[in-house]
Amino acid sequence: MTDLRQVLAAQVRNVLRSRWLVGYTLLLLLATVLLLRFGGSGTRALLSLVNVVLLLLPLVSVVFGTLYVYNAREFIELLLAQPVGRGAVYLGLFGGLAIPLSLALLAGVGGPLVVEALQDPSVWRPLAMLLTVGVLLTLVFTAFALCVAVLVEERSRGFGAALLVWLACTVVYDGLILLVLTTFRDYPLEAPVLVLTFLNPIDLARVVLLLTFDVALLMGYTGTVFARMFGTAGGLVAAFSMLLVCAAVPLWAGYRWFRRKDF
Amino acid sequence: MLLIQGLRKRFGRLEVLRGVDLTAAPGRITALVGPNAAGKSTLIKTIIGLVRIDEGTVLIDGQSIDGERAYRERIGYMPQAARFPEQLTGREVLALVRRLRHADARIDDALIGQFDLDPMLDRPIRTLSGGTRQKLNAVVAFLFAPDMVVLDEPTGGLDPVASGILKDKLIRSAAAGTTVFLTSHILTEVEELAHDIIFLMEGRVAFQGPIDQLLREAGEPRLERAVARLMTGSR
Amino acid sequence: MIAALIAGVVIVSPAGPVSSLGAAVALAHPGDTIIVRAGHYREGRTVLVDRPVVIRGEGAPVFDAGERTFLLVTANDVTIEGLVIADVQPSSTDDRAAIKLDHVTRCVVRGNRIQRSFFGIHGSKVSSCLIEDNRIEGPGATEQMAGNAIHFWSSANVTVRRNRVEGHRDGIYLEFVRGSTLSDNVSRRNRRYGLHFMFSDSCRYERNRFTSNGAGVAVMYSKHVTMTGNEFARNEGQAAFGLLLKDISDGEISDNRFTSNTTGLYLEGSNRLAVHGNRFEANGWALRLLANATDNEFDGNVFLANAFDVTTNSRSATSHFRGNYWDQYRGFDLDHDGYGDVPHRPVRLFSLVVEQNEPALILLRSLFVDLLDQAERVLPILTPEALIDPAPLMARPR
Repeated sequence: MTDLRQVLAAQVRNVLRSRWLVGYTLLLLLATVLLLRFGGSGTRALLSLVNVVLLLLPLVSVVFGTLYVYNAREFIELLLAQPVGRGAVYLGLFGGLAIPLSLALLAGVGGPLVVEALQDPSVWRPLAMLLTVGVLLTLVFTAFALCVAVLVEERSRGFGAALLVWLACTVVYDGLILLVLTTFRDYPLEAPVLVLTFLNPIDLARVVLLLTFDVALLMGYTGTVFARMFGTAGGLVAAFSMLLVCAAVPLWAGYRWFRRKDF
Repeated sequence: MLLIQGLRKRFGRLEVLRGVDLTAAPGRITALVGPNAAGKSTLIKTIIGLVRIDEGTVLIDGQSIDGERAYRERIGYMPQAARFPEQLTGREVLALVRRLRHADARIDDALIGQFDLDPMLDRPIRTLSGGTRQKLNAVVAFLFAPDMVVLDEPTGGLDPVASGILKDKLIRSAAAGTTVFLTSHILTEVEELAHDIIFLMEGRVAFQGPIDQLLREAGEPRLERAVARLMTGSR
Repeated sequence: MIAALIAGVVIVSPAGPVSSLGAAVALAHPGDTIIVRAGHYREGRTVLVDRPVVIRGEGAPVFDAGERTFLLVTANDVTIEGLVIADVQPSSTDDRAAIKLDHVTRCVVRGNRIQRSFFGIHGSKVSSCLIEDNRIEGPGATEQMAGNAIHFWSSANVTVRRNRVEGHRDGIYLEFVRGSTLSDNVSRRNRRYGLHFMFSDSCRYERNRFTSNGAGVAVMYSKHVTMTGNEFARNEGQAAFGLLLKDISDGEISDNRFTSNTTGLYLEGSNRLAVHGNRFEANGWALRLLANATDNEFDGNVFLANAFDVTTNSRSATSHFRGNYWDQYRGFDLDHDGYGDVPHRPVRLFSLVVEQNEPALILLRSLFVDLLDQAERVLPILTPEALIDPAPLMARPR
């Protein structure tokens, strides 16, 4: 445990000081401030922010994470040459990425939104949801990053794989859902589609967020079905737990490879 | 005391170590030499635990290292390329490594002074030159006055002065009873430093023993020639 | 008794001498004023107003109505104001109302409060009446049997203004009503429709607010209807419409606000409507045009933050768009004439997908769907050719 804490502290400090992370924070800050000022008021700006959270966060987490692990290769070796278990090094890497990336989110998106919420208390709830889901997505895609970087030996191929993971979750998967929907359009599909949504972290995050912003109520019968699923506390807990599972699975798979890996 | 028996390692279809047997004794400097792709780095990484053992045993002071980590308390390691977290300072890296050692090991930071490294330690590592990083690398390897140091091409990237300081350190450590195990492709350096030589070729040990024995057996006055002979002889 | 009668005024007071409204009407001469003092009254039978009188409550007298219509007006030139009428019990055989106007003209119903009643104000074969400033609060959502708050059948020249109605089946219901005006009313939280009319030609609806009604507003089978400056908001649910138009022709729908409805404006079999200057904001479907709605003109409308701006069920829709503001428009205006140089296609491919396959809604706002829509905009194959705004506004009109 103390080993983990030491590695984690060093990694967090290292990532927090990197210009990449500063740039990422500023980018989020800029996007949030611009959307709040020019993207309309309250919920509408938040809806635009949903897109930032759903697209940018996973992309940055998985790409930055993957490249970071490749860059840290020699340092990982140095750490492993110390009397330290591989688990501590691996989790230290994960936390060292996920914590600063989450902090960037909290500062960049949360900061301006808190200012907004102080004037308009109705913003607190969507703000909390946005940040919670954002942090969970960061965890998920940092885990993917670690998994990819451990599994793929070569840096450029790892970078490509990271992009593929992102693309698969944001675009390809939804294309497949649509294909399923059109193929089986004569069947009641609300339930199967909900299941499919649960299996893709970005879809799950998107639906949870959209339902927070009351869009579902406007979307007729299907919207009501979805709202009933996610609108309850139980549904929300299920969704958040599923996002944690989405982070845990690649994290665990990556660890299994990391444990046997030859450096 | 390092004892390796029947060590095999393959990466996919490529068998890198094909049954290596060797020893390195305390108080002596043992140099691992061999042509490129002979498996030197893999062997070293196996000792450190960076590469997992397929077959065979690696014993340090009679203890198998397989799946262990505590033994690394007493080993200093100096990898070939020195890269540290870019945003940390040298002092932070040293502090981290110290905290990761559990035993209240004796600290030997004499090299910091000898390398005149102190003024550099508060700068972020990304601002340091390659040579300076390599010095830091050497400091880390000797920081805990280890019973055994394992060094991969230790003088690569160091200027002649620093290189001399490091060599002196190696010699003094060995004299104090440390097992020094290093690889080098600079044979004059090996000749100057090493007591024993292990010649690794195509994943096997082609020669192991004191340098004078090798020179004698080869009938050559210079190590370079003797090694060249070993390489051609086994073809 | 004498004191209660002087100068054409009849006083009703709980202390007597006249302590019931029914008795007062029977005593009154045409043109008299009946003043009802504050207090709590039970009439025991329907009060028949069969002569032209003014009934005026002072200090909000309360009438418990019970198992019957409370006031039945059969004479012309009757004014009823300032009464509080409560608890007309529901019936499945009889349209009981707090105030029932039967075959009369020039009546005025003003400033009354009607609470928990089956029907509120119910008129049939009425003309030139004024219904204003009444507050009608129905039995609420839990009551299964509920009538309409303001209900007119086969009437003409009725003015309904500044009333607040809620908690009934329909807020305002008109059938076979002509030449009437409804303005500045608030109709909300009614179980079915905020406003519901059919076969009612040449009526005007101005500055009314219809919010949070179970099914919104539905109007059918009428001509020459003008709806302007109204607000249709928060009509959410499976079959909720800000405004549903079915077989409405030659009308004008202008300067209304449609906000946060499942469907903002729905047109079925409605032709030759001028739809302009409306604002559609944050609706699920802002505008839903069925193929049988033809030759409608949409100009100067504003579309903001709707999930879908325009949807249709056919490629051959034939309404015309021009000079609307679309927040989803991504064109440019090189000649600076205020209109985008590239036409805007407001029908998203995804909306057609959803039209045929509702569960696909789960993909709303996903990158994949956005890419699909962009591709369709560049290379339209499936979206209706005719539904195109050739001159989209660059700036949002005030």
